[in-house]
Amino acid sequence: MATMKDLRGDAPTWCPGCGHFSIMAGIQKSMIELGYEPHEFAIISGIGCSGKVSEYIRSNSFHTIHGRSVPIAQGVKMGNPNLKVIASGGDGDGYGIGLGHFVHASRRNIDMSYIVMDNSIYGLTKGQTSPRSEHGFVTKSASSENKEYPVDPVCTSIINGATFVAQGYSGNIKQLTHIIKRAIEHRGFSHVNIFSPCVTFNKVNTYDYYKERLISIEEPFHTRDAAIQSLREHHGLVTGILFEELRDDYQTKLGIDFDMQSVQSGEMDHERLTLMQERFK
Amino acid sequence: MRTSIEWMVGGQQGEGIDSTGELFARTLVRYGYSVSTYKQFMSRIKGGHTNYKLKATIQRNYYAGDEIDILLCLDKESLEKNESNLSKGALIIQEGTVENLIRNEEKQYDIFTVPLKKLASELGNPLAKNMIAIGISSALVDLPKELLNHFISEIFEKKGEEVIRTNIQAVAKGYELTTNFLSHLVSPLEKADLKDQLFMSGNEATAFGSLMAGCRFLSAYPITPASEIMEWLAKELPAVGGTVMQVEDEIAGICLAIGANYSGVRAMTSTSGPGISLKTEAIGMAGMSEVPIVIVNSQRGGPSTGLPTKHEQSDLQHMIYGTHGEIPRIVLYPSTIEEAFYIAAESFNLAEYYQCPVIVALDLGLSMNKMTVPSFNSKRVEIHRGKLLTEEELKLYKEDFFSRYRFTDDGISPRPLVGMKNGLHLTSSNEHGEDGYITEDPELRIKMMRKRLEKTKEAMIQEPFKLQSSTGISPKEVDILLVGMGSTFGAINEAMTKLNEQGRETYAHLHIQQLYPLPLEQLSDLFENKRIITIENNYTSQLLILLKQHLPIHNQAESIVQFDGNPFMIKTLLEQMKKVV
Repeated sequence: MATMKDLRGDAPTWCPGCGHFSIMAGIQKSMIELGYEPHEFAIISGIGCSGKVSEYIRSNSFHTIHGRSVPIAQGVKMGNPNLKVIASGGDGDGYGIGLGHFVHASRRNIDMSYIVMDNSIYGLTKGQTSPRSEHGFVTKSASSENKEYPVDPVCTSIINGATFVAQGYSGNIKQLTHIIKRAIEHRGFSHVNIFSPCVTFNKVNTYDYYKERLISIEEPFHTRDAAIQSLREHHGLVTGILFEELRDDYQTKLGIDFDMQSVQSGEMDHERLTLMQERFK
Repeated sequence: MRTSIEWMVGGQQGEGIDSTGELFARTLVRYGYSVSTYKQFMSRIKGGHTNYKLKATIQRNYYAGDEIDILLCLDKESLEKNESNLSKGALIIQEGTVENLIRNEEKQYDIFTVPLKKLASELGNPLAKNMIAIGISSALVDLPKELLNHFISEIFEKKGEEVIRTNIQAVAKGYELTTNFLSHLVSPLEKADLKDQLFMSGNEATAFGSLMAGCRFLSAYPITPASEIMEWLAKELPAVGGTVMQVEDEIAGICLAIGANYSGVRAMTSTSGPGISLKTEAIGMAGMSEVPIVIVNSQRGGPSTGLPTKHEQSDLQHMIYGTHGEIPRIVLYPSTIEEAFYIAAESFNLAEYYQCPVIVALDLGLSMNKMTVPSFNSKRVEIHRGKLLTEEELKLYKEDFFSRYRFTDDGISPRPLVGMKNGLHLTSSNEHGEDGYITEDPELRIKMMRKRLEKTKEAMIQEPFKLQSSTGISPKEVDILLVGMGSTFGAINEAMTKLNEQGRETYAHLHIQQLYPLPLEQLSDLFENKRIITIENNYTSQLLILLKQHLPIHNQAESIVQFDGNPFMIKTLLEQMKKVV
């Protein structure tokens, strides 16, 4: 069984106190507690502070480009259905530039986990408004306070058919680990949004902010509507597994006996070629 | 006795123009002729003029021809749009109330009006009206009816006895009409005997070649003229344990395919110009992170939405240079449908060997039009999976964390499959060290850039270009070299033959199939002491610019271009040649 040491990659460069540390620890603890070896995972990350997680966890990792971790991760899972695939990135990566992919991944239901480190700000580019920044939020990238309203990530994935939707908080690593473990084990697309304070640039959504406001639920809601209703009532500030549904994942539904990696060097399959040519005559 | 026939059916979209054309083309293929076709169509579902042109010859041909000997008009525009291309003594078949043959002396063609709809209804199958016209056409070139009947039974097998019977009767009706009204116009087509011919489009050949080379995954977004690649593989891949995914957008199209390649699968994406623009950032990622990927770009009329259903060759520079920063890449461009099969197969070998993006360029002319192709040879392209490591080989490295980007003599690093026990590694789009971790160290940066950008220098496909001249002329010793790429192959080749027949200057035809990296040594020898004329379907002479950039030919090279959305005709090519030479 893997230990924490086995899962340690490059030395993190996140700011001291950054919420992302707990999320990474949550992912690593989940891998250990579930009894997997590092090589059974593929961790695909996008760009931003959060995107560096693929370099910090020792596994099969791919540090990709901005907003595209989700489609790349789906391709990885299609290529090798035996892998446990985790895509990870920030709220700008997933709900800004990559929002389209997130919605489609939710309805497609490929068996993978998408873990979003939501700090409601662009950190690595030094503090611009993000798609999760609150209405009225003040940053240097806007001439006035934020006139837009934030994306609602969990209601989006719930309403678009994701079969596992949860929300966690960096300040509660016990609950976080529980959620991530369940997300990894869930067969289908699991979306985990995690409130992760940016201690350097976000002076609104701080640890204290979340401590005062978050409510936590023990059991998932029974219906998508109930989950959405509760989230609306609490301005989205609900943690726990919000909704789970058991449904065949995309690859199971295709019903194909997948065998994509085993192509061998050597001559083309002459018999197949001859057989397939017939239909062009 | 004629040695070729040029035939066209025209009508409104949605009227079965395509299927009528295809049926007659396949009939001629069965009789052993070489057949080339060209479809004109518009970006709408119903209505609008469309036509299907074919040329059948007794020897191999690669061009659907300039002229029309028999024109089947199912709408008014068919004659208006194509009248200038009718050959002397052409026959036009038109719907009319009674059978009647009218001679147009001034323009030297005949119009045969015939109540196709009424006759087909009388046979009990109004849909068979186009079959009557096929019967007339077949009789006009004296094709034996029996083989045609046999073919009809085969293609309508699933539709039942009744449909077969009425279609055979419709063809018989056509033969009868020819005997009764057009017997003086019958001109038999010399018998042909081309064996083992396949009839397919460039898209089908590309998809087929990819599958045979071990491609097991394609993710793409629908786009004309490339969609057929996705559709063909969607039907065929599940049987070999693979699949196609139609995804949300062009970016997902390439990203899923890159993900699958990363996990050790031969995977591809297919698109056209607007899609290649959107995929550009991901192409850069594949180059930087050294993940193989095959991208098929079937070019159409640009820029922007441009002419979505028309032919053009204007993405050359985008395919060669597009993406920020500098990456290794290979750009190939098959000259014929036959080559599309083999080059698609080779592209997967190159992508995996060099661990970089390989772009296979097609164009609408090549993608969507069918042609006869000799049966494929399973031995011509072997599958080579490059430096992909086995579990056993991996053990010998004894590495705790595999150095994915280790420096090697040829710049190509061994690659473990994701999921192998001893193969944990990091793949990255950031500048990285040998272990994959981010670096900004200037010395390491220089070494990594050299590793990536120099590794494809020796890349070479089996046939980086095709070079031909007329009988008795050595292509290396001609005065003028005509240089093209892609689907212009047939037209340039026939134009070259005609120019050599005129007997003033001597000409050869060079068709480049490996655009990047260019086979410079061979081209450099070839270009010496010759005039170079590129022939290309774009405004800015992109092929000429590319050649000038790499070879000292500035005082000896010029171009002929056409960018009206249509392929070159031989007559317009010859007219343009007159101006240049």
